Amino acid sequence: MKIIHTILMCFLFVNVSNSQERFLTKNGAITFFSSTIMADIKADNNQVLSIIDASNGKMAISILMKSFMFKKALMQEHFNENYVESDLFPKATFKGEILNFETLKDLETKLEVKGLITIHGKRKEIIIPASFTRSENTIFVKGEFNLLLSDYNIKIPNVVAKKISKEIKVSFEFNHKPYKK
Amino acid sequence: MKKIILIIFIISINSQFFGQDLLDILDNETPKTENIVTATFKGTRILNGHSIENRKDKELEFIISHRFGRVNLGFDELFGLDQSNIRFALEYGFNDNLTIGFGRSSFEKTYDSFLKYSLLKQKNGENSFPFAVSLFGSVAVKTLKDYDPSDKRTFAESLFYVGQVLIARKVSPSFSYQITPTYVHRNSVRINADPHDIFALGFGTRMKLSKRVSFNSEYYVTFNESKSIDARNSLAFGIDIETGGHVFQLILSNAITMIEKSFITESTGNFFGGDIHFGFNISRTF
Repeated sequence: MKIIHTILMCFLFVNVSNSQERFLTKNGAITFFSSTIMADIKADNNQVLSIIDASNGKMAISILMKSFMFKKALMQEHFNENYVESDLFPKATFKGEILNFETLKDLETKLEVKGLITIHGKRKEIIIPASFTRSENTIFVKGEFNLLLSDYNIKIPNVVAKKISKEIKVSFEFNHKPYKK
Repeated sequence: MKKIILIIFIISINSQFFGQDLLDILDNETPKTENIVTATFKGTRILNGHSIENRKDKELEFIISHRFGRVNLGFDELFGLDQSNIRFALEYGFNDNLTIGFGRSSFEKTYDSFLKYSLLKQKNGENSFPFAVSLFGSVAVKTLKDYDPSDKRTFAESLFYVGQVLIARKVSPSFSYQITPTYVHRNSVRINADPHDIFALGFGTRMKLSKRVSFNSEYYVTFNESKSIDARNSLAFGIDIETGGHVFQLILSNAITMIEKSFITESTGNFFGGDIHFGFNISRTF
Protein backbone atom coordinates (compact mmCIF):
# COMPACT_ATOMS: atom_id res chain seq x y z
CA MET A 1 0.00 0.00 0.00
CA LYS A 2 2.81 2.33 0.89
CA ILE A 3 4.37 1.74 -2.48
CA ILE A 4 1.18 2.72 -4.25
CA HIS A 5 1.01 5.89 -2.22
CA THR A 6 4.53 6.75 -3.11
CA ILE A 7 3.87 6.11 -6.76
CA LEU A 8 0.75 8.25 -6.72
CA MET A 9 2.66 11.05 -5.03
CA CYS A 10 5.38 10.79 -7.64
CA PHE A 11 2.77 10.88 -10.37
CA LEU A 12 1.20 14.04 -8.95
CA PHE A 13 4.57 15.66 -8.43
CA VAL A 14 5.70 14.91 -11.96
CA ASN A 15 2.49 16.31 -13.35
CA VAL A 16 2.70 19.52 -11.36
CA SER A 17 6.33 20.18 -12.13
CA ASN A 18 5.71 19.35 -15.75
CA SER A 19 2.88 21.81 -16.20
CA GLN A 20 4.88 24.55 -14.50
CA GLU A 21 7.48 24.36 -17.19
CA ARG A 22 5.09 25.29 -19.95
CA PHE A 23 4.50 28.92 -20.81
CA LEU A 24 1.52 30.06 -22.86
CA THR A 25 -0.06 33.20 -24.29
CA LYS A 26 -3.48 33.49 -25.88
CA ASN A 27 -3.12 37.08 -26.99
CA GLY A 28 0.17 37.19 -28.78
CA ALA A 29 0.52 39.87 -31.44
CA ILE A 30 1.47 39.34 -35.07
CA THR A 31 1.54 42.17 -37.59
CA PHE A 32 2.35 41.89 -41.24
CA PHE A 33 3.26 44.57 -43.71
CA SER A 34 3.30 44.64 -47.47
CA SER A 35 4.94 47.74 -48.81
CA THR A 36 5.15 48.84 -52.45
CA ILE A 37 5.36 52.21 -54.17
CA MET A 38 1.62 52.00 -54.87
CA ALA A 39 0.25 50.89 -51.52
CA ASP A 40 1.07 49.96 -47.94
CA ILE A 41 -0.99 47.18 -46.46
CA LYS A 42 -0.91 46.25 -42.79
CA ALA A 43 -2.84 43.76 -40.73
CA ASP A 44 -2.83 42.98 -37.00
CA ASN A 45 -3.75 39.85 -35.13
CA ASN A 46 -3.80 40.09 -31.33
CA GLN A 47 -5.23 36.64 -30.63
CA VAL A 48 -2.26 34.48 -31.50
CA LEU A 49 -1.62 31.41 -29.33
CA SER A 50 1.96 30.50 -28.52
CA ILE A 51 3.45 27.96 -26.12
CA ILE A 52 6.97 27.20 -24.96
CA ASP A 53 8.02 24.08 -23.10
CA ALA A 54 10.86 25.34 -20.94
CA SER A 55 12.00 21.82 -20.12
CA ASN A 56 13.19 21.20 -23.68
CA GLY A 57 12.95 24.52 -25.55
CA LYS A 58 10.17 23.34 -27.85
CA MET A 59 7.81 25.99 -29.15
CA ALA A 60 4.47 26.04 -31.03
CA ILE A 61 2.36 28.86 -32.44
CA SER A 62 -1.20 28.80 -33.76
CA ILE A 63 -2.67 31.71 -35.75
CA LEU A 64 -6.33 32.06 -36.76
CA MET A 65 -6.24 33.71 -40.19
CA LYS A 66 -9.67 35.33 -39.80
CA SER A 67 -8.40 37.24 -36.76
CA PHE A 68 -6.16 39.45 -38.90
CA MET A 69 -7.67 42.92 -38.86
CA PHE A 70 -7.17 45.27 -41.81
CA LYS A 71 -7.91 48.96 -42.10
CA LYS A 72 -10.28 48.34 -45.01
CA ALA A 73 -12.99 45.72 -44.69
CA LEU A 74 -12.73 44.91 -48.38
CA MET A 75 -9.02 44.13 -48.05
CA GLN A 76 -9.82 41.79 -45.19
CA GLU A 77 -12.44 40.04 -47.30
CA HIS A 78 -9.99 39.65 -50.18
CA PHE A 79 -7.28 38.38 -47.83
CA ASN A 80 -9.55 35.65 -46.46
CA GLU A 81 -11.37 34.82 -49.69
CA ASN A 82 -8.74 35.07 -52.39
CA TYR A 83 -5.27 34.94 -50.91
CA VAL A 84 -5.02 32.71 -47.84
CA GLU A 85 -8.41 30.98 -48.37
CA SER A 86 -9.32 30.94 -44.70
CA ASP A 87 -12.31 28.64 -45.17
CA LEU A 88 -9.99 25.92 -46.47
CA PHE A 89 -6.97 26.75 -44.32
CA PRO A 90 -8.28 28.44 -41.18
CA LYS A 91 -4.99 28.34 -39.27
CA ALA A 92 -1.34 29.02 -39.83
CA THR A 93 0.92 27.10 -37.46
CA PHE A 94 4.53 26.86 -36.39
CA LYS A 95 6.14 24.01 -34.54
CA GLY A 96 9.79 23.85 -33.68
CA GLU A 97 12.58 24.27 -31.26
CA ILE A 98 14.42 27.21 -29.75
CA LEU A 99 18.11 26.58 -30.46
CA ASN A 100 20.42 26.88 -27.44
CA PHE A 101 17.43 27.54 -25.18
CA GLU A 102 19.45 26.51 -22.12
CA THR A 103 21.66 29.61 -22.54
CA LEU A 104 18.63 31.88 -21.94
CA LYS A 105 18.97 33.94 -18.77
CA ASP A 106 16.97 36.90 -17.53
CA LEU A 107 18.77 39.29 -19.88
CA GLU A 108 17.47 39.84 -23.37
CA THR A 109 19.06 37.09 -25.47
CA LYS A 110 19.08 36.72 -29.22
CA LEU A 111 18.29 33.15 -30.20
CA GLU A 112 17.09 31.31 -33.25
CA VAL A 113 13.91 29.28 -33.54
CA LYS A 114 14.01 26.46 -36.05
CA GLY A 115 10.99 24.53 -37.20
CA LEU A 116 8.17 23.99 -39.65
CA ILE A 117 5.82 26.80 -40.57
CA THR A 118 2.50 26.02 -42.28
CA ILE A 119 0.58 28.74 -44.13
CA HIS A 120 -2.15 28.22 -46.74
CA GLY A 121 -1.63 24.46 -46.38
CA LYS A 122 2.02 24.68 -47.46
CA ARG A 123 4.71 23.56 -45.02
CA LYS A 124 8.22 24.96 -45.04
CA GLU A 125 11.28 24.71 -42.83
CA ILE A 126 12.30 28.07 -41.43
CA ILE A 127 14.78 29.64 -39.02
CA ILE A 128 13.47 32.76 -37.30
CA PRO A 129 15.76 35.02 -35.24
CA ALA A 130 14.07 36.32 -32.11
CA SER A 131 14.97 38.00 -28.87
CA PHE A 132 14.00 36.25 -25.65
CA THR A 133 13.70 37.62 -22.13
CA ARG A 134 12.98 35.26 -19.29
CA SER A 135 11.90 36.25 -15.81
CA GLU A 136 10.46 34.14 -13.06
CA ASN A 137 6.92 34.21 -14.45
CA THR A 138 7.25 35.18 -18.07
CA ILE A 139 9.05 34.36 -21.28
CA PHE A 140 8.88 37.35 -23.59
CA VAL A 141 9.66 36.80 -27.28
CA LYS A 142 9.76 39.31 -30.10
CA GLY A 143 11.24 39.57 -33.54
CA GLU A 144 10.59 39.98 -37.20
CA PHE A 145 11.28 38.13 -40.42
CA ASN A 146 10.26 38.07 -44.07
CA LEU A 147 8.09 35.60 -45.94
CA LEU A 148 7.89 35.02 -49.67
CA LEU A 149 4.26 34.60 -50.77
CA SER A 150 5.36 32.27 -53.56
CA ASP A 151 6.68 29.79 -50.94
CA TYR A 152 3.13 29.30 -49.71
CA ASN A 153 1.38 29.11 -53.07
CA ILE A 154 -0.31 32.50 -52.53
CA LYS A 155 -0.77 33.98 -55.99
CA ILE A 156 -1.16 37.67 -56.78
CA PRO A 157 -3.04 38.49 -59.98
CA ASN A 158 -1.30 40.85 -62.40
CA VAL A 159 -3.82 43.67 -61.95
CA VAL A 160 -2.86 44.16 -58.32
CA ALA A 161 0.77 43.06 -58.60
CA LYS A 162 1.96 46.61 -58.06
CA LYS A 163 -0.01 46.98 -54.86
CA ILE A 164 1.00 43.80 -53.07
CA SER A 165 4.60 43.03 -52.27
CA LYS A 166 5.95 39.58 -53.08
CA GLU A 167 7.78 39.66 -49.79
CA ILE A 168 5.84 40.22 -46.57
CA LYS A 169 7.41 41.53 -43.39
CA VAL A 170 6.10 39.79 -40.29
CA SER A 171 6.68 41.02 -36.75
CA PHE A 172 5.62 39.28 -33.57
CA GLU A 173 5.46 39.81 -29.81
CA PHE A 174 4.47 37.08 -27.37
CA ASN A 175 4.40 37.43 -23.61
CA HIS A 176 4.13 33.88 -22.28
CA LYS A 177 2.85 33.23 -18.78
CA PRO A 178 3.06 29.94 -16.85
CA TYR A 179 0.50 27.53 -18.24
CA LYS A 180 -1.76 25.92 -15.69
CA LYS A 181 -3.78 23.08 -17.07
CA MET B 1 1.32 -8.47 -9.68
CA LYS B 2 -1.41 -5.92 -9.16
CA LYS B 3 1.18 -3.37 -8.14
CA ILE B 4 3.16 -3.93 -11.29
CA ILE B 5 0.08 -3.42 -13.43
CA LEU B 6 -0.69 -0.24 -11.54
CA ILE B 7 2.85 1.02 -12.05
CA ILE B 8 2.74 0.28 -15.75
CA PHE B 9 -0.64 1.98 -15.95
CA ILE B 10 0.66 5.13 -14.24
CA ILE B 11 3.78 5.24 -16.34
CA SER B 12 1.71 4.97 -19.49
CA ILE B 13 -0.50 7.87 -18.39
CA ASN B 14 2.57 9.92 -17.64
CA SER B 15 4.28 9.14 -20.91
CA GLN B 16 1.08 10.05 -22.70
CA PHE B 17 1.13 13.36 -20.91
CA PHE B 18 4.71 14.04 -21.86
CA GLY B 19 4.03 13.04 -25.43
CA GLN B 20 1.19 15.52 -25.83
CA ASP B 21 1.92 17.73 -28.79
CA LEU B 22 2.28 21.44 -28.12
CA LEU B 23 0.04 22.23 -31.08
CA ASP B 24 -2.68 19.99 -29.61
CA ILE B 25 -2.52 22.02 -26.41
CA LEU B 26 -2.94 25.21 -28.45
CA ASP B 27 -5.91 23.66 -30.27
CA ASN B 28 -7.56 22.93 -26.93
CA GLU B 29 -6.80 26.40 -25.65
CA THR B 30 -8.13 28.20 -28.74
CA PRO B 31 -11.16 30.17 -27.60
CA LYS B 32 -14.34 29.10 -29.36
CA THR B 33 -15.35 32.11 -31.37
CA GLU B 34 -18.35 32.71 -33.53
CA ASN B 35 -17.44 33.11 -37.13
CA ILE B 36 -19.51 35.35 -39.37
CA VAL B 37 -19.75 33.98 -42.90
CA THR B 38 -18.54 36.59 -45.40
CA ALA B 39 -18.71 36.98 -49.18
CA THR B 40 -21.91 34.98 -49.69
CA PHE B 41 -22.07 37.04 -52.87
CA LYS B 42 -19.27 39.19 -54.25
CA GLY B 43 -21.33 42.18 -55.30
CA THR B 44 -24.27 44.00 -53.79
CA ARG B 45 -26.24 42.61 -56.77
CA ILE B 46 -26.67 38.97 -57.73
CA LEU B 47 -27.31 40.15 -61.31
CA ASN B 48 -30.30 42.47 -61.70
CA GLY B 49 -31.52 42.23 -58.14
CA HIS B 50 -29.89 42.88 -54.80
CA SER B 51 -27.90 40.31 -52.86
CA ILE B 52 -27.74 40.24 -49.05
CA GLU B 53 -24.33 41.92 -49.24
CA ASN B 54 -23.97 45.50 -48.06
CA ARG B 55 -21.33 48.11 -48.70
CA LYS B 56 -18.83 48.10 -45.87
CA ASP B 57 -18.56 50.83 -43.25
CA LYS B 58 -18.05 54.33 -44.74
CA GLU B 59 -17.44 52.97 -48.21
CA LEU B 60 -18.79 54.76 -51.24
CA GLU B 61 -19.44 52.73 -54.34
CA PHE B 62 -20.10 54.06 -57.80
CA ILE B 63 -22.00 51.65 -60.02
CA ILE B 64 -22.50 51.96 -63.75
CA SER B 65 -24.85 49.44 -65.31
CA HIS B 66 -25.81 48.95 -68.93
CA ARG B 67 -28.39 46.78 -70.61
CA PHE B 68 -28.33 46.74 -74.39
CA GLY B 69 -31.19 45.94 -76.77
CA ARG B 70 -32.31 42.43 -77.63
CA VAL B 71 -29.61 40.35 -79.27
CA ASN B 72 -32.18 38.91 -81.72
CA LEU B 73 -32.63 42.34 -83.32
CA GLY B 74 -29.97 41.26 -85.77
CA PHE B 75 -27.02 42.86 -87.46
CA ASP B 76 -28.83 46.06 -88.44
CA GLU B 77 -29.07 46.99 -84.73
CA LEU B 78 -25.66 45.37 -84.08
CA PHE B 79 -27.39 42.67 -82.01
CA GLY B 80 -28.94 45.23 -79.70
CA LEU B 81 -25.82 47.26 -79.00
CA ASP B 82 -27.32 50.33 -80.76
CA GLN B 83 -29.87 50.60 -78.00
CA SER B 84 -28.84 51.00 -74.45
CA ASN B 85 -30.36 51.60 -71.06
CA ILE B 86 -27.97 52.96 -68.50
CA ARG B 87 -28.14 53.38 -64.75
CA PHE B 88 -25.70 55.39 -62.66
CA ALA B 89 -25.79 54.98 -58.92
CA LEU B 90 -23.98 56.03 -55.81
CA GLU B 91 -24.22 53.70 -52.86
CA TYR B 92 -22.85 54.38 -49.40
CA GLY B 93 -22.40 52.26 -46.29
CA PHE B 94 -23.41 54.11 -43.11
CA ASN B 95 -21.91 51.14 -41.32
CA ASP B 96 -21.32 47.47 -42.14
CA ASN B 97 -25.05 46.75 -41.92
CA LEU B 98 -26.85 49.70 -43.48
CA THR B 99 -26.48 50.89 -47.07
CA ILE B 100 -28.20 53.77 -48.83
CA GLY B 101 -28.27 54.21 -52.58
CA PHE B 102 -29.42 56.67 -55.22
CA GLY B 103 -29.65 55.86 -58.90
CA ARG B 104 -30.96 57.14 -62.17
CA SER B 105 -31.97 54.93 -65.06
CA SER B 106 -32.32 56.23 -68.59
CA PHE B 107 -35.22 53.79 -69.14
CA GLU B 108 -38.38 55.87 -68.54
CA LYS B 109 -36.10 58.50 -66.89
CA THR B 110 -36.50 56.82 -63.53
CA TYR B 111 -34.88 57.92 -60.26
CA ASP B 112 -34.62 55.42 -57.46
CA SER B 113 -33.37 55.28 -53.91
CA PHE B 114 -33.09 52.40 -51.51
CA LEU B 115 -32.11 51.34 -48.03
CA LYS B 116 -30.74 47.90 -47.31
CA TYR B 117 -30.23 46.59 -43.79
CA SER B 118 -28.46 43.43 -42.78
CA LEU B 119 -30.67 41.97 -40.05
CA LEU B 120 -29.12 38.57 -39.36
CA LYS B 121 -25.76 37.07 -40.31
CA GLN B 122 -24.95 33.49 -41.16
CA LYS B 123 -22.56 32.18 -38.52
CA ASN B 124 -20.64 29.04 -37.83
CA GLY B 125 -18.68 27.97 -34.78
CA GLU B 126 -20.17 29.22 -31.51
CA ASN B 127 -23.81 30.45 -31.77
CA SER B 128 -24.06 29.18 -35.32
CA PHE B 129 -26.93 30.38 -37.49
CA PRO B 130 -27.74 28.76 -40.84
CA PHE B 131 -28.58 31.75 -43.06
CA ALA B 132 -28.39 35.52 -43.43
CA VAL B 133 -31.31 37.91 -43.72
CA SER B 134 -31.29 41.44 -45.12
CA LEU B 135 -34.21 43.81 -45.57
CA PHE B 136 -34.54 45.97 -48.64
CA GLY B 137 -36.86 48.87 -49.37
CA SER B 138 -36.88 51.21 -52.33
CA VAL B 139 -38.85 54.05 -53.85
CA ALA B 140 -38.69 54.86 -57.56
CA VAL B 141 -40.15 57.77 -59.46
CA LYS B 142 -40.80 57.63 -63.18
CA THR B 143 -40.31 61.05 -64.78
CA LEU B 144 -40.82 60.15 -68.46
CA LYS B 145 -43.78 62.19 -69.75
CA ASP B 146 -45.42 59.32 -71.63
CA TYR B 147 -48.96 60.41 -70.74
CA ASP B 148 -51.62 62.29 -72.61
CA PRO B 149 -51.23 66.06 -71.90
CA SER B 150 -54.86 66.22 -70.73
CA ASP B 151 -54.20 63.40 -68.23
CA LYS B 152 -51.13 64.79 -66.48
CA ARG B 153 -49.58 62.43 -63.92
CA THR B 154 -48.87 63.88 -60.49
CA PHE B 155 -45.65 63.16 -58.60
CA ALA B 156 -47.46 60.84 -56.22
CA GLU B 157 -48.93 58.92 -59.15
CA SER B 158 -45.41 58.36 -60.53
CA LEU B 159 -44.17 56.53 -57.45
CA PHE B 160 -43.32 52.85 -57.07
CA TYR B 161 -42.40 51.02 -53.87
CA VAL B 162 -40.54 47.74 -53.40
CA GLY B 163 -40.02 45.72 -50.24
CA GLN B 164 -37.87 42.59 -50.14
CA VAL B 165 -36.68 40.11 -47.56
CA LEU B 166 -33.37 38.69 -48.74
CA ILE B 167 -32.58 35.28 -47.27
CA ALA B 168 -29.27 33.73 -48.27
CA ARG B 169 -27.03 30.88 -47.33
CA LYS B 170 -23.43 30.18 -48.26
CA VAL B 171 -23.46 26.41 -48.49
CA SER B 172 -19.76 26.04 -49.22
CA PRO B 173 -16.96 28.44 -50.20
CA SER B 174 -18.00 27.90 -53.81
CA PHE B 175 -21.82 27.83 -53.66
CA SER B 176 -24.37 30.29 -52.27
CA TYR B 177 -28.07 30.75 -52.87
CA GLN B 178 -30.68 33.35 -52.04
CA ILE B 179 -34.46 33.34 -51.80
CA THR B 180 -36.14 36.71 -52.10
CA PRO B 181 -39.82 37.27 -51.27
CA THR B 182 -40.76 40.53 -52.96
CA TYR B 183 -43.64 42.99 -52.79
CA VAL B 184 -44.07 45.75 -55.39
CA HIS B 185 -46.62 48.53 -55.06
CA ARG B 186 -47.42 50.89 -57.94
CA ASN B 187 -49.35 54.07 -57.27
CA SER B 188 -50.63 54.17 -60.82
CA VAL B 189 -51.15 51.45 -63.40
CA ARG B 190 -51.75 51.52 -67.14
CA ILE B 191 -55.24 50.00 -67.18
CA ASN B 192 -57.66 49.26 -64.35
CA ALA B 193 -57.19 45.51 -64.73
CA ASP B 194 -53.51 45.83 -63.81
CA PRO B 195 -52.77 45.06 -60.16
CA HIS B 196 -51.37 47.81 -57.94
CA ASP B 197 -49.72 45.22 -55.72
CA ILE B 198 -47.54 42.51 -57.18
CA PHE B 199 -46.01 39.64 -55.25
CA ALA B 200 -42.96 37.78 -56.48
CA LEU B 201 -40.39 35.29 -55.30
CA GLY B 202 -36.77 35.51 -56.39
CA PHE B 203 -34.17 32.76 -56.57
CA GLY B 204 -30.48 33.49 -57.00
CA THR B 205 -27.32 31.40 -56.98
CA ARG B 206 -23.59 31.96 -57.11
CA MET B 207 -21.18 29.24 -58.18
CA LYS B 208 -17.48 29.95 -57.89
CA LEU B 209 -15.56 28.97 -61.01
CA SER B 210 -12.19 30.17 -59.77
CA LYS B 211 -10.92 32.40 -56.98
CA ARG B 212 -12.07 35.58 -58.70
CA VAL B 213 -14.72 34.41 -61.15
CA SER B 214 -18.18 33.09 -60.37
CA PHE B 215 -21.25 32.09 -62.36
CA ASN B 216 -24.51 33.61 -61.14
CA SER B 217 -28.12 33.00 -62.00
CA GLU B 218 -31.30 34.77 -60.96
CA TYR B 219 -34.99 34.09 -61.49
CA TYR B 220 -38.04 35.99 -60.25
CA VAL B 221 -41.50 34.38 -60.37
CA THR B 222 -44.40 36.84 -60.19
CA PHE B 223 -47.71 35.55 -58.82
CA ASN B 224 -49.99 38.21 -60.31
CA GLU B 225 -48.94 39.89 -63.51
CA SER B 226 -49.94 43.04 -65.34
CA LYS B 227 -52.65 42.44 -67.93
CA SER B 228 -51.75 45.41 -70.16
CA ILE B 229 -48.39 43.92 -71.16
CA ASP B 230 -47.23 40.43 -71.99
CA ALA B 231 -45.30 40.19 -68.71
CA ARG B 232 -42.83 37.38 -68.20
CA ASN B 233 -40.78 36.21 -65.26
CA SER B 234 -37.31 37.70 -65.16
CA LEU B 235 -34.39 35.39 -65.81
CA ALA B 236 -30.69 36.23 -65.88
CA PHE B 237 -27.36 34.48 -66.11
CA GLY B 238 -24.03 36.12 -65.62
CA ILE B 239 -20.40 36.04 -64.65
CA ASP B 240 -18.80 37.96 -61.75
CA ILE B 241 -15.19 38.95 -62.27
CA GLU B 242 -13.39 40.48 -59.35
CA THR B 243 -10.24 42.55 -59.65
CA GLY B 244 -9.13 44.37 -56.53
CA GLY B 245 -11.58 47.18 -55.83
CA HIS B 246 -13.74 46.38 -58.87
CA VAL B 247 -16.42 43.82 -59.49
CA PHE B 248 -17.43 43.35 -63.12
CA GLN B 249 -20.65 41.53 -63.84
CA LEU B 250 -21.43 40.39 -67.38
CA ILE B 251 -25.10 39.63 -67.75
CA LEU B 252 -27.54 37.98 -70.13
CA SER B 253 -31.13 38.73 -69.16
CA ASN B 254 -34.62 39.03 -70.59
CA ALA B 255 -35.01 42.33 -68.71
CA ILE B 256 -33.73 45.66 -69.98
CA THR B 257 -34.07 47.44 -66.65
CA MET B 258 -31.99 47.28 -63.53
CA ILE B 259 -34.33 48.28 -60.72
CA GLU B 260 -36.68 45.94 -58.89
CA LYS B 261 -39.97 47.61 -59.72
CA SER B 262 -39.21 47.29 -63.43
CA PHE B 263 -37.39 44.05 -64.07
CA ILE B 264 -39.61 42.00 -61.76
CA THR B 265 -42.95 43.29 -63.01
CA GLU B 266 -42.36 44.80 -66.46
CA SER B 267 -40.11 42.34 -68.32
CA THR B 268 -41.65 41.14 -71.57
CA GLY B 269 -38.74 39.36 -73.24
CA ASN B 270 -38.83 35.61 -73.85
CA PHE B 271 -35.34 34.49 -72.87
CA PHE B 272 -35.51 31.22 -74.77
CA GLY B 273 -37.00 32.98 -77.78
CA GLY B 274 -33.81 35.01 -78.04
CA ASP B 275 -35.11 38.18 -76.37
CA ILE B 276 -31.87 38.45 -74.47
CA HIS B 277 -30.31 41.70 -73.34
CA PHE B 278 -26.58 41.72 -72.90
CA GLY B 279 -25.41 43.99 -70.11
CA PHE B 280 -22.87 44.66 -67.42
CA ASN B 281 -22.50 46.15 -63.96
CA ILE B 282 -19.24 47.80 -63.02
CA SER B 283 -18.67 48.90 -59.49
CA ARG B 284 -15.80 50.91 -58.15
CA THR B 285 -15.33 51.23 -54.42
CA PHE B 286 -13.71 54.31 -52.95
